[in-house]
Amino acid sequence: MTLFSAAETPYTAIKRGVAESIHDETQVTFRDSSSVVRLQGVSRRFGQTQALRDISLTVQKGEILGLIGRSGAGKSTLIRCLNGLEQPDEGVIEIEGRNITGLSEKQLQTVRSRVGMVFQHFNLLSAKTVAQNVALPLKIAGMDKAQRQQRVAELLALVGLADKAQSYPAALSGGQKQRVGIARALAASPALLLCDEATSALDPETTRSILALLKSLNQKLGITILLITHEMEVIKSVAHRVAVIDAGHIIEQGPVWQVFAHPQSDLTRTLLRGLLPQLPENIAARLSDQPQGDVIYSVHFAGDDAQGDLLTRFAGALPGKFRLLQGGIDHIQHYAVVRFFIALPAANAADEQQILSWLHAQQAQVELVGYVASDD
Amino acid sequence: MSPVMIDLLLNALGETVLMTAISGLFSLVAGLPLGLILVMTSPGGIAEHRGVNRVLGLIINSFRSLPFIILLVALIPFTRFLVGTSLGTWAAIVPLSITATPYFARVAEVSLREVDRGLIDAVRAMGASKLRIVWDVLIPEALPGILSGFVVTLVALIGASAMAGAIGAGGLGDLAIRYGYQRFETSVMIAVIAVLIVLVCGIQWVGDRLVQRIDKRHA
Repeated sequence: MTLFSAAETPYTAIKRGVAESIHDETQVTFRDSSSVVRLQGVSRRFGQTQALRDISLTVQKGEILGLIGRSGAGKSTLIRCLNGLEQPDEGVIEIEGRNITGLSEKQLQTVRSRVGMVFQHFNLLSAKTVAQNVALPLKIAGMDKAQRQQRVAELLALVGLADKAQSYPAALSGGQKQRVGIARALAASPALLLCDEATSALDPETTRSILALLKSLNQKLGITILLITHEMEVIKSVAHRVAVIDAGHIIEQGPVWQVFAHPQSDLTRTLLRGLLPQLPENIAARLSDQPQGDVIYSVHFAGDDAQGDLLTRFAGALPGKFRLLQGGIDHIQHYAVVRFFIALPAANAADEQQILSWLHAQQAQVELVGYVASDD
Repeated sequence: MSPVMIDLLLNALGETVLMTAISGLFSLVAGLPLGLILVMTSPGGIAEHRGVNRVLGLIINSFRSLPFIILLVALIPFTRFLVGTSLGTWAAIVPLSITATPYFARVAEVSLREVDRGLIDAVRAMGASKLRIVWDVLIPEALPGILSGFVVTLVALIGASAMAGAIGAGGLGDLAIRYGYQRFETSVMIAVIAVLIVLVCGIQWVGDRLVQRIDKRHA
């Protein structure tokens, strides 16, 4: 029941994990294709409110799945269904192939030891020390005291809190509390880690360090993670796949780079607003749909071949003049996601045609945004 | 004050402390489980049970609604059955225990109810049994409040024990009534009041210190 191979000490694991930029590329390698979580047609109603509606979702072993939605979308209800804190009205929930719907509280106890949970407000026991908090799942699992102590020391080293074992939670910072929460969730070597808005109560810098920790745990231990959040930034930093939930229903899901590159729903586009290049405000304010002055296009494409030389090739391949208004390249997982806005003189239809056909040949998505009267 | 009076005063103090301590202990042992059952069986509790919750609530309210002096008299047959007599210090401990238990049960209930729902969820999510939740979450997290509530209960018991003089139980209250009031011995009255103040302040001080020591909720 150890976390590390002989060569991997807690310290090297944590150092490497933290040293990695949270923006670097993630090679998604699944150890095997079996799913840790499988939901089929899950619905849950609270009185008049339909909290979850016909949800079907699979979390593969070893992946980080991000579930995003606005508050009240049903994220928390969904995640609480996965360890039986809530029971769905309809549908099937399988954890490691075992259907957990309709299990009694007693039967759920064994399922729950396979699922660790990290909470937004940490939920650490204030009357217990850090070490006692982390030891609790082990105590519940019936581990003897000597083994417990060793395991707790390992876990605290893993999250970088070896020196805080005897502190009480009240003496810790928010980030430290969440590290304890993560150590506690991992204690019983669960197959699945649920993170319920785990970084929402933390400042941006602490958020980054907690996300880096989660990412390194996923890579080093191969633990499957399902995290829910209302921030796309979190999804972008750590998730392999994303599912977008709205009004209790999953409206979109796919690999993170794909959803960033080609958001299908309005909600996804709204959630992405802060992360994708937007038309500069002074231009957006003057936008009209009457042909005049400059025509503005938004261009985006993505893929492993959408590499950094695109803009150079673009400029080199085109005879016509255009102005780059805004945009750039973002690297998500190991894909480049390119999105920019260009302006061309509306009068020159030939240039426009040539530019558009070149872009289409590159499989870019090109969208007419509108027209802006020339300001010169 | 004469040495006889001092002797009487010390005797009365001993009786008050005995009545308060024994019935306080009883209320702790019986009231805490009752408070736990109230919280666990309440709607949304970890062992929700409407029937048990209502019946227990009703019983507790019934006992709580009786003024102590009435309970003292009404319980005489029961007291006699239990301790063989309806008079004296030990006879007073029975109704004192019975009045303090539902009182402390309610006090403990308030503290237990204030334990953050999220903590219970977190430990449930680990696969904990109900007993484990009670033992590792509810009681330790509510302990500072429970202890404060126990001090309040003890002080209330000192007050109630003054009425136990009505069944010949002695104690400081009885001394004040018989000597200080009925015999116009003002010095006895003043002495009793002084002892009571010191006693209550002492209990409160010790209680506050203990609460401070076990309360880890703030840095």
